[in-house]
Amino acid sequence: MSAVVREPEPQEPRRNYLNSSYGIRSWLLTKDHKRIALLYLVSVTFFFFLGGLFALLIRLELLTPAGDLVQAETYNKLFTMHGVTMIFFFLIPSIPAVLGNFLIPMMIGARDLAFPRLNLLSWYVYVVGALFTLWAVVHGGVDTGWTFYTPYSTASSNAHVIATAVGIFITGFSSILTGLNFIVTIHTMRAPGMTWFRLPLFVWSHYATSLIMVLGTPVLAVTILMVFIERVLHLGIFDPALGGDPILFQHLFWFYSHPAVYIMVLPAMGVISELVTTFSRKNIFGYKFVAFASIGIAVLGFLVWGHHMFVSGQSVYAGLIFSVLSFLVAVPSAVKVFNWTATMYKGSISYRTPMLYAFGFIGLFTIGGLTGLFLATLGVDVHVHDTYFIIAHFHYIMVGGAIMGYLGGIHYWWPKISGKMYPEAWARFAALVVFVGFHLTFFPQFILGYLGMPRRYHAYPPEFQVLNVMSTAGASILGLGYIIPMIYLVWSMRYGRNAPPNPWGSTGLEWKSSSPPPTDNFEEPPVVTEDPYTYSHEEVETFG
Amino acid sequence: MGPSLPLFPEQASAMASRVDALYFYLLAVSGFFAVLIAILVIVFAIKYRRRSETELPRGIEGSLKLEVAWTAIPLAIAMSFFFWGAKLFFAMNIPPNDALEVYVVGKQWMWKVQHADGQREINELHVPVNRAVRLTMTSEDVIHDFFVPAFRMKKDVLPGRYTTAWFHATRPGRYHLFCAQYCGTKHSAMIGWIDVMEPADFQAWLSGGAASESLASAGAKLFQRHACNTCHRQDSLARGPNLQGLFGKPVQLADGRSVVADESYLRESILTPNAKIVAGFQPIMPTFQGLVSEEELLQLVAYVKSLSNPPPAPGLTPAPGGAAPPLVNRAAPPEKGK
Repeated sequence: MSAVVREPEPQEPRRNYLNSSYGIRSWLLTKDHKRIALLYLVSVTFFFFLGGLFALLIRLELLTPAGDLVQAETYNKLFTMHGVTMIFFFLIPSIPAVLGNFLIPMMIGARDLAFPRLNLLSWYVYVVGALFTLWAVVHGGVDTGWTFYTPYSTASSNAHVIATAVGIFITGFSSILTGLNFIVTIHTMRAPGMTWFRLPLFVWSHYATSLIMVLGTPVLAVTILMVFIERVLHLGIFDPALGGDPILFQHLFWFYSHPAVYIMVLPAMGVISELVTTFSRKNIFGYKFVAFASIGIAVLGFLVWGHHMFVSGQSVYAGLIFSVLSFLVAVPSAVKVFNWTATMYKGSISYRTPMLYAFGFIGLFTIGGLTGLFLATLGVDVHVHDTYFIIAHFHYIMVGGAIMGYLGGIHYWWPKISGKMYPEAWARFAALVVFVGFHLTFFPQFILGYLGMPRRYHAYPPEFQVLNVMSTAGASILGLGYIIPMIYLVWSMRYGRNAPPNPWGSTGLEWKSSSPPPTDNFEEPPVVTEDPYTYSHEEVETFG
Repeated sequence: MGPSLPLFPEQASAMASRVDALYFYLLAVSGFFAVLIAILVIVFAIKYRRRSETELPRGIEGSLKLEVAWTAIPLAIAMSFFFWGAKLFFAMNIPPNDALEVYVVGKQWMWKVQHADGQREINELHVPVNRAVRLTMTSEDVIHDFFVPAFRMKKDVLPGRYTTAWFHATRPGRYHLFCAQYCGTKHSAMIGWIDVMEPADFQAWLSGGAASESLASAGAKLFQRHACNTCHRQDSLARGPNLQGLFGKPVQLADGRSVVADESYLRESILTPNAKIVAGFQPIMPTFQGLVSEEELLQLVAYVKSLSNPPPAPGLTPAPGGAAPPLVNRAAPPEKGK
């Protein structure tokens, strides 16, 4: 079953973006979006495993109720650094800066992004920000939680708040530059015939993501600046002892950080749309609904930040408004899930690894989204707020959703990126390990949360132990599931079978080019004559 | 004894069963949709699995009817969650009038509790069963959160202002109190117990403790020690507003606004008197920032409240009606002139 017999082993194209030039300078000074994507791939992978290491230590500490493995202060730094590295240095750049960077120009039939130098700059900005944060990690870490709530972060914590915050501040500009580059590219660089409604849904979801990056990230920058001003110059903004308002910080922080959740999950949704169509050999069900759902999520996502603050002391009426808006933002996500499922109807479904990740994504994201409804429900959120229920919910979205999408995308486009096939059997096995490990890690946390175990607890009452042991066991399995692909993907770069230009029989423009593509992406500029995902030219069936 | 594996929290308050009912409704609906999606994906994946490398299914354009259906139905169901949840949320935020008053001060890393009768506790709160308890809470440093899972009750505790919460315990017992808002190194040690007692036991506990004096009378002493009474008095020499019967009433401000004199207003008026000037008075009051602690502030607030209420009989007799009855000012502790 897995040994698919295809055309004879293809030759690697003589000149491609990987072998067109050699040497460290040719990489560090490259303006090729594909090489910059690889620079990002290496950096975000580093942060993924660093953040994973922190997670492993957290789970080991929580194996027993007593705070015995590490000290309380160390534990607090571990969960802070886990959140900071995973969110700001892995999840936010992961799919956009790696896959988006590599694919958006190819998908729209362009030679590169609109601003290649800006693209390289954005990677350097990311690295500088990352170095600040790494400095903070090495010099003792930071213990405020990734949320940096005031007045703890400005008046109480004596860890490296400023170095970390400056790192995030700087990295934010990398995000803004990438978003800006994508928006201009999608507007101006589309190939002849590539109309807006012929864009692959991956591009639509990145367009929506870019809007959030460009509009939201400056607010984060301003917020961090204010934390800086209060902590260093003691000018009262958030600290009541200085005449400030701590709730104001929460409003500003979540104004960015809630939409940031969509920066993480929208690109994954874009990946899933590509995977489900390719491996069902079908056009997407309800193209425009899926496309506009992305835009709807981006817009509504800016209006729901107050649902993080139902018990903060914000007005009851504000809570009401944020609750109803949060239910509204759930609807476009549901629409997407229904459309992906409907796309499989009467399709020709292949069980290659990327599709296994897509199945996993649909299942896990559905659970993540549905439990989000519990949190949007005012009367229930009061009980589960700041408990492990929240932790489980957002890991279903970010790990179950965003990382499943990322891994599915990496496997799907790996032949294009590296010119090599990954080993299918190993990859399927790893996908299964990830799926099982994920559920075992995070499902018990829903139960823990409703039982009342608060988040960010170094030690906990003994009655919570069994569920925590299950979670830790799951995390070890999950960790293994992430290490296996790391090994075989690196292995395949040298030993993998050469990839044909279009191993999946996909319709996307990126597959019309060779694997790996030439530096200029296409031998001849492509002309687009049909809708995306046109697998069958037979008469289209009408439905319902 | 093997390890215990609880799957559902105890229900020990009037709110707990109401929250759980909504929770089960959410579980049922989400369970239905999660299973529906899972079954569809699995059935499609098996039924339409690729049987040959060359097969090419026909395209399906989509369906407006289906899109409308799977937009409208989830939206309608979501609105049912919203209304039910909002109703509960309002109930959680409106304490009954006859609630027992308890004052809570959070600090890194402990809970300090004061009862109206003057009993003080740390990381422990004794309350009678079947009686509403209203908490007025503040923090001395960073944000904390008062979380009692068995009561399904949670509220942030902020520095610089009061937040309130209430519960109505329905079962005697000992229940976890957690700090749910991350507050620094020993956040997970900022825990305690709520002791829900039979009324008689609670009465015994109240009289057993070495409670020196009620909160209000401690506040009355502070009121004199800080010479508040030289301006806030009832005769013609008053240079500040009369506090008799003030609590819970609307106050006309010099800038035309009107505010209700609640705990937060009293606190603000002591710490930043010029923030809200009462119509007809000069902004001459000095600030007491730094001169009174959070606990003393709560005593002063309790004292001013007592000027509008009959002093509560120790703990138990629920004040009928409860809302500040008019003209009971004479029942207030005597004010000793200058």
